[in-house]
Amino acid sequence: MATDSISVSTTPVVRTQRISRRGIKFTRFMGKTIALLLLTAGSVMVILPLVWMLSTSLKARENATEFPPSWIPQQSVKTEYNGKNYFMYDIPINGEVRRLGLLKKQPGGMGIFFEPANPETQYTLKIEDGKRAMQTIIHWENYPIGLTMVPFARYLWNTLIIVVTTTIGVLLSCTLVAYGFSRFRAKYINILFLLLLSTIMLPAQVTLIPTFVLFKKIGWYDTFLPLIVPAFFANAWDVFLLRQFFMTVPLEMDEAARIDGANPIQILLYILIPQCWPAIATVSIFHFLWAWNDFFGPLIYIQSKEKWTLALGLQSFSALYSQQITYLMAASTVTMLPCLIIFFVAQKLFIQGVVISGVKG
Amino acid sequence: MEATVKAAPTLVKPKKSSPLARRETITAYLLISPWIIGFIVFTLGPMIASLIFSFTDYSIIKPAHFVGFSNYIMMLFKDYRFWHSLRVTLTYAIFAIPLGLTFGLLLALLLNTKVPGLAIWRTVYYTPSVVSGVAVAILWLYLFNPQYGVINWILSLVNIKGPGWLSSPVWALPALIIMSLWGVGGGMIIYLAGLQGIPTTFYEAAEVDGANTMQKFFNITLPMITPVLFYNLIIGIISTFQIFTSVYVMTAGGPVESTLFYNLNLYNYAFRYQEMGYASALAWALFVIVLVLTLLVFRSSSMWVYYEGELKR
Repeated sequence: MATDSISVSTTPVVRTQRISRRGIKFTRFMGKTIALLLLTAGSVMVILPLVWMLSTSLKARENATEFPPSWIPQQSVKTEYNGKNYFMYDIPINGEVRRLGLLKKQPGGMGIFFEPANPETQYTLKIEDGKRAMQTIIHWENYPIGLTMVPFARYLWNTLIIVVTTTIGVLLSCTLVAYGFSRFRAKYINILFLLLLSTIMLPAQVTLIPTFVLFKKIGWYDTFLPLIVPAFFANAWDVFLLRQFFMTVPLEMDEAARIDGANPIQILLYILIPQCWPAIATVSIFHFLWAWNDFFGPLIYIQSKEKWTLALGLQSFSALYSQQITYLMAASTVTMLPCLIIFFVAQKLFIQGVVISGVKG
Repeated sequence: MEATVKAAPTLVKPKKSSPLARRETITAYLLISPWIIGFIVFTLGPMIASLIFSFTDYSIIKPAHFVGFSNYIMMLFKDYRFWHSLRVTLTYAIFAIPLGLTFGLLLALLLNTKVPGLAIWRTVYYTPSVVSGVAVAILWLYLFNPQYGVINWILSLVNIKGPGWLSSPVWALPALIIMSLWGVGGGMIIYLAGLQGIPTTFYEAAEVDGANTMQKFFNITLPMITPVLFYNLIIGIISTFQIFTSVYVMTAGGPVESTLFYNLNLYNYAFRYQEMGYASALAWALFVIVLVLTLLVFRSSSMWVYYEGELKR
């Protein structure tokens, strides 16, 4: 090094630079590899619960509570002998693996095995040497059975009524309000907007009890109205999201339309909404998910079983049939499915919506 | 928050009380009238009413009597459930919120290393955030099963005998905290957007100055991401006090009230014991607690939240 630097002064500099660049490349490569490994491990953790749910929903009841859990729905193979069912084992005899039925367990880990074809031929073998014979059987029938044990179709219909009407309500009211807050100058309007935003921070419990009493007093208890009507009066989150989008549309477009004689509603319908349809779709999706999963509202307002929503029905199903894991998981899968499908179809909108209400908020 | 305070731009800047301005005002108020009506009927009115209720022994079956501060005295000095549920909620918050913030940020940092397949990872990690409610609570109820649950199976792989989780007064709350980590992907998306918004010139400048990875993280990435951390912290505090469905379905507050969250306790008083007056006092106490916590975070924010374009004093 020392002689190098004396003889040719520029070489060492170039060399160290090259080494360090290679070093950086290597660190980057290692970094990426480690990142990928960690991400893979994490994503397995994230997906595992859903895989277990799906797998359990397709198992036979007796195999759903096995430990360790099997990931592909498997079932023990059994054989009948004298009117009774016996587990079958794949067990080696004289170096040849045979499939035998286990007739009886003996002390010392031994068992009496018999040949299914010829039950009188019996062997005493060590149970540990063999393996319980399994076969993959997918129990699709868990779905129709599970979903008819309680009237899920009824619950689905009720949920859809609420989800669809409230989505319409939220879209109508929030679009108008967001338009008012984004495009007009009026006295106190900015103070009102701050007030609207501050309601995001307001815990729902503070208004809960009087609202409940109000709905009960006007006879709306045990109807869908307490769940539907408030949606038509706008909410802070969706107004905020829509307003953020409306603000990105250049004012010149409004102006041009106004010069052409458009009134404010026409400007909203023909200028802003076509420009902001992603925002409107985002609001609809988020509201759909919220209403679909809402449990607290239906829990306090709906009493009659025939008016229950999916969330209420599923909760009562799990309380009644907590041992019927396979049916329960089938019902849970069906309840989650629409949310998952919507997410996979409309991912872009989701991520955009989260980011806009998060980062820019 | 800064973007929201900005006034809405307007087409015309009319003189005061010109007919045009008056028409604009009327149009604006007509447009926002659904919210104004909703605010009065479903927010302001009920708020005032619940404040009044909190000074009465109101229950839906019998008429109300004014009882002064006795609900509040009861809550603060006689009802162990108030303090207990507050302790449960805050314990959960102290673990779940920082863990959620850290894991969310770590995931976002990993994704920001230009790994291949960004979109796929993002989808996978965000998936738990789109499912919620009863179905998820039921799923986790069985994942935590001590005999055949997946959680104890994972632990058994590393030779740990898992606890009884939801059936154990000690492990039920930790179980709910673990469950909350399933949803860190929701925060991750926001961090990722924040990270991608940091100008690369900052890092290039730091590299020229010879900064290493750690220095770059602590001097550029972390300060630049603080507004997002701040936002997620506030949302975390508010949503912790809203926790209801998961505990109602999974533990109903038990075993031995070890998961009696504040909101569940409030629900019990309001709708199970029908003590609407006392429950209203609980609701207002909750409001004050959340407000104080939020204000503390806001006040402290000038020390640790960095806004680009903010004037240095």
